[in-house]
Amino acid sequence: MKCDYACNSAEHNIARRNFLGQCATGAGVLGLGFLTRPAVAEQLAKQQKKILVINMAGGLSQLESWDPKPGTDTGGPFRAIPSSIPGVHVSELLPHTAQQLHHLGLVRSVNTKENDHGKGAYFMTTGRRRTPAADYPKLGAVTAKALAKAGESLPGHIHVAAGGGGGRSNDAAYLGPKFASITVGGGKPPQYSTPPKGLTDASELRRQQMRQKMNQRFALKRRTAETDAYVQNYEQARNLVRQRDVFDTSKESAQDHERYGKHDFGQQCLLARRLLEHGVPYVQVTHSNYDTHNENFIFHLEQVAEFDRPFATLVADIVDRGMLDSTLIVVLSEFGRTPKINNRYGRDHWGTAWSVLVGGAGIQRGAVIGKTNDNGTQVTDREVDGGHLFHTYLQAVGVDPTGTFDIGGRELPLADPSTESIQEILA
Amino acid sequence: MSEPTVSAEKVVKPQPKETHVATEWKHESPLMACRFDPQGRYVFAAAEDSSVVRWELKSGAKTIFKAHDSWVRAIAFSGDGETLLTAGSDGRLIWWETAAKDPKPLRSIDAHAGWVWSLSVLPDGKQVLSGGNDKLVKLWNIESGELVRSHAGHESHVYSVLAHANGQLALSGDLQGQVRQWNLATGACTRTFDAKTLHTYNGGQGVHFGGVRSLSMSADGARLACGGLYKASNPLGSVHDPLVMLFDWESQKLLQSYIAEGLKAVVWKTAHHKDGFLIGACGGTSGGFLLFWKPDAAKEFHRFKLPDIVRGMDLHPDSLQIATAHYDKTIRISVMQPKKA
Repeated sequence: MKCDYACNSAEHNIARRNFLGQCATGAGVLGLGFLTRPAVAEQLAKQQKKILVINMAGGLSQLESWDPKPGTDTGGPFRAIPSSIPGVHVSELLPHTAQQLHHLGLVRSVNTKENDHGKGAYFMTTGRRRTPAADYPKLGAVTAKALAKAGESLPGHIHVAAGGGGGRSNDAAYLGPKFASITVGGGKPPQYSTPPKGLTDASELRRQQMRQKMNQRFALKRRTAETDAYVQNYEQARNLVRQRDVFDTSKESAQDHERYGKHDFGQQCLLARRLLEHGVPYVQVTHSNYDTHNENFIFHLEQVAEFDRPFATLVADIVDRGMLDSTLIVVLSEFGRTPKINNRYGRDHWGTAWSVLVGGAGIQRGAVIGKTNDNGTQVTDREVDGGHLFHTYLQAVGVDPTGTFDIGGRELPLADPSTESIQEILA
Repeated sequence: MSEPTVSAEKVVKPQPKETHVATEWKHESPLMACRFDPQGRYVFAAAEDSSVVRWELKSGAKTIFKAHDSWVRAIAFSGDGETLLTAGSDGRLIWWETAAKDPKPLRSIDAHAGWVWSLSVLPDGKQVLSGGNDKLVKLWNIESGELVRSHAGHESHVYSVLAHANGQLALSGDLQGQVRQWNLATGACTRTFDAKTLHTYNGGQGVHFGGVRSLSMSADGARLACGGLYKASNPLGSVHDPLVMLFDWESQKLLQSYIAEGLKAVVWKTAHHKDGFLIGACGGTSGGFLLFWKPDAAKEFHRFKLPDIVRGMDLHPDSLQIATAHYDKTIRISVMQPKKA
């Protein structure tokens, strides 16, 4: 008896209306051989839509970044500086990013009504509010499933974080473990990815053929989500072993290491560039920690200064390498921080009026959407939430957010059907 | 004004255990730092609206000094007390007439690249030290506004500076808990004090925290106090304990680690009283306190709870009044004397 636990094919199929013009990339008609020709592969990697997310964990202060309010009761000590978008100012903590802003855009009117770390992060990365009733895949998993090329050997959903060792997370929900994130970091190939000495390609191939045969026989009668996960994890690990150099930032020039900075975040941004160039559809870098209930200003001075140069360098490189039209760039948090400064010079959690940076693929260059009032306590124009943003991210990379995934015969929406994209920021 | 302040001319012994709030004045914005002028006529406070506020002690008359375009972190005076110096997060050092009716900046210079945290005037009253986030300690001629010398060597933000009473040395303390002693004649760093206990690096949060938030010397020049915090288990969440490290000036030996059991706070300012005890202004999640320590005991001999979290403190020239700057937009003048009936 054939098990019908999941869909019939090895690859989950994306149901109707999921791509907008993706076939135009040519990836679907070239077959796998094209990947072995470097020039073609490089060109395709540029055209392949992908998403870069910088997650400012803990809750970046919008007032110390994208929506400064100097000279007001909530403004704090930092001043605003002009950006490369005429008339748009950002915090003085972002002098390098300010000069790249015309390539990007800002949404200054986010109101998620959510002040809890976990719930805020869930809303911002799944586009839906967390409920006990259902679990939804994160943006990276949806992106990996929607954008990964058939036959792509690299994982489609990669998180870059300090100390990342190649482990698989549980953030793909019903899309299955194949699309869950793998966390890497440190600028080195994932741990244990060096093939054993003495194992030849021929003997490895024979082992693999035997393994596949046994797996297939087992799956016919006793297939479970767990056994699928075992198989997929093993296949992923084999792919990582084959392409372990992709994760090795020592292959980059000394000059690039210097430009990005030798601290963790600089090296993570350099790795992100490398992964994007190799066609990974979703790369997320986490910069931590912005949960500044105490001494918000000295900690933002420390953290945002560390963020600014590597991020601006990464944006400039994406532009210079012709990847901006194919790469959606997002800088998000789980929420912003209170305009009111507390008695320890801190700012607390604030989901009511804050900002997200979004730019690149499918986004109007230099667009600034939404407004807050004079001291940043309320959104006054074009209020949006995590659902709107999630739709926008997908639409920007050519995926129809109103489409569905076919999961075991059930059509499940890619994004919350009750909301929609921010049309005016889309190119 | 709740009670007349003690006259500067009246010679009375301080009684720390009788400390009480004698006077309160309000501003429209939370206050951060405060200083009495050398003649004891006024108290000045820096506010989160980037202004400096002057209150006349006798009348409570309030005057606003506004020219900085960021928060003022430090206040100092020329030796004769007639010139007020302010510096802050805009990196500027601004000169004012202390007693001006309608205050306007007399001079404004870009003193540091980044925040200025601290100022200290030399005993001759003619030069002032500044320390800032550019890791530099600078010496300025107050009359001309010219830079006399810039002292490089700190590897992190300079949070506090102090001119030694002999006029030949300066001290500066940084985020990483290093205190450097500078020879002002040569500009050389001649000694360092190890106050690293006041610094924390939290790898989980990825932040450096703490530092030498205040420096003060005992009246006889025998002891150096470095104030700040330690046990910072959660810097972003304000979980840390107050600490003052007291060093012997000659031997550099750590004489005391002044603590305040049960408080979660930072010692923002310290002041050595001429009678030998040390006053610490302590603020944090536990509230606002004035702490009084004697040289021979780690635990304070008196703890005075203030009505609100404290962020700045200064001792009046009469050695009886203590000004404290508070988050609740209030400047408080406490007196180390029994309450008047």
